[in-house]
Amino acid sequence: MSTQDLSGEAYWKANIRLVTICLVIWAVCSYGFGIILRPVLDAIPVGGVGLGFWFAQQGSMIVFLVLVFYYASQMNKLDRQFDVHED
Amino acid sequence: MDLQTLTYIVVGFTFTLYIGIAIWARAGTTSEFYAAGRGVHPVANGMATAADWMSAASFISMAGLIAFKGYDASLFLMGWTGGYVLLAMLLAPYLRKFGKFTVPEFIGDRYYSQTARLVAVICLIVASITYVIGQMKGIGVAFSRFLELDYETGLYVGMAIVFFYAVLGGMKGVTYTQIAQYCVLIFAYTVPAIFISMNLTGNPIPQLGLFSNTVADGTPLLVKLDQVVMDLGFAQYTAQKGGTLNMVLYTFSLMIGTAGLPHVIIRFFTVPKVKDARSSAGWALVFIAILYTTAPAVGSMARLNLTNTIQTGPVGEVSANLEYEKRPQWFKNWEKTGLLKYEDKNGDGRIQYYNDKNKDFAAKAESFGWKGNEMTKVDRDIMVLANPEIAKLPNWVIALVAAGGLAAALSTAAGLLLAISTSISHDLLKSMFMKGISEKNELLAARISMAGAIAVAGYLGLHPPGFAAQTVALAFGLAASSIFPALMMGIFNKRVNNTGAVTGMLVGLGSTLLYIFTYKGWFFLPGTNMLPNTTANHLFGISPEAFGAIGAMLNFASATIVSKMTAPPPEHIQHLVEDIRIPKGSGTAVDH
Repeated sequence: MSTQDLSGEAYWKANIRLVTICLVIWAVCSYGFGIILRPVLDAIPVGGVGLGFWFAQQGSMIVFLVLVFYYASQMNKLDRQFDVHED
Repeated sequence: MDLQTLTYIVVGFTFTLYIGIAIWARAGTTSEFYAAGRGVHPVANGMATAADWMSAASFISMAGLIAFKGYDASLFLMGWTGGYVLLAMLLAPYLRKFGKFTVPEFIGDRYYSQTARLVAVICLIVASITYVIGQMKGIGVAFSRFLELDYETGLYVGMAIVFFYAVLGGMKGVTYTQIAQYCVLIFAYTVPAIFISMNLTGNPIPQLGLFSNTVADGTPLLVKLDQVVMDLGFAQYTAQKGGTLNMVLYTFSLMIGTAGLPHVIIRFFTVPKVKDARSSAGWALVFIAILYTTAPAVGSMARLNLTNTIQTGPVGEVSANLEYEKRPQWFKNWEKTGLLKYEDKNGDGRIQYYNDKNKDFAAKAESFGWKGNEMTKVDRDIMVLANPEIAKLPNWVIALVAAGGLAAALSTAAGLLLAISTSISHDLLKSMFMKGISEKNELLAARISMAGAIAVAGYLGLHPPGFAAQTVALAFGLAASSIFPALMMGIFNKRVNNTGAVTGMLVGLGSTLLYIFTYKGWFFLPGTNMLPNTTANHLFGISPEAFGAIGAMLNFASATIVSKMTAPPPEHIQHLVEDIRIPKGSGTAVDH
């Protein structure tokens, strides 16, 4: 831990990495599973239609929710780790 | 008690509740109009944000569009929720750290230029006015049904009420009123959905009912719906009808537009800490998702019930078409508003509702003695309000939905009007053109601009450029192409300077407006469009509502190129950006 770079720049890099991961998942679940990859995912049946349809009308929104809370909790950890938290 | 009386009582009760709470909560909070959200728990703030955000478009219009477009309308669901992910990760925490109260203020400071601030105000006004036009359509529909008037008169009544509601002013900022509005709105939306889901599928949770088997014959709901609509020549409900590129861009436009809409962003300026800005976005999304995951169930079930009410048996049998004289009460009520129209084309006194534009089916229909679709107008925006009546639910549920629709429409319209008038009186007059303006005159200017905005939006609401949700989608495209890129580059790219940002905003807004006006008419005036608004005429099949995504890309590109060719921002601006990126020290920024 002691050798770790704790500068503002390193904090920012860690933040960008986290945002990038989250936004990739965000894009894959909505644009990917819900729209572009729908024909592939529809091979898996869900309630008379396919998984792609489910992602477009339900799943993507659930994923968004999980992502926002995951990001918020990870950022709280980063804030403490780099000692840039409030108070 | 008859429905009309019951509706008046429920609507009257909810309005009294809002006003009561506003007066009660006001005593402690008059000192700081904007600070209503500060010191409020992120969960409560999230609920208030959800009420502020979910407008007539979400409540009244969206499920109706889903009912008629099926899968293709998924873009509204993903687009209007996915934006919160961007807001939480790319904008909210940093703008909160910056600590000012309006979006043009941030842009003006970050790009160290009054011109940038002025351009931001223009972008904000254009996007907000377009948004209000969409609300006006929703308000017109809600009031015309509620008071049993025609759409036009309903709209005038709605305009008058919005004016008084918004001019009462500070009330809007009171978070507790919005929490009450959220409760009314979400209760009004989910209760009928639970009833209907129970009736059709036996599953009380609409989100699960949508993918369950029907009680009637055990076939899955969506399979049955596909069958029923295709039997009448309509397009398959669950199939993708539009182009994939258009759907992706449309969704993207709505997402970045959400993150760029000033009245949403403002909510995150006032939370106590940077940390809270991140989780507030999550809580807002929780409360929004409750309605948004219910909407596809409402849409599909409403469509099934509507079709089954008119086509009561096998297609082609004479007795399977509802007799006009035996039409249900809701049918008669909506006929009064002019939003539902019937014309007995073959003179048999029965209603034939089918797709006469489908050539194969039209030929078949002729052999039944049908002379064209007799439901000459079924306005999509009536579906949510009519839904509980179509499903024959108890009167109190119907009354509740009317109250919910009015709450959604009024709270958002008032919020937007406040955003418009604040930016004119505060960002334009006080900070630029009339620096010595007195507080009294500033308030007067705010009221005048609010009245002006209502008049413009109301006039255009008489001939809206689309259904409420589509009109609102245009507003998102405008915000997406102008405000979002300027904010995001302001935080993530230190190299972007004043000239770049101004060029970017003008290019983004200009190109998007041009594209919209080409198909929707100049300034949305009907008949002034230069090209017919059909997919064949669209550039690469991109609809005007989806063009915001392209406008945003042009904005990003032009801002980056112009910034590269001109001098970098001064040292202190680069420090400002570095400071925004770190949560520490946010406390001092609050006190402005």
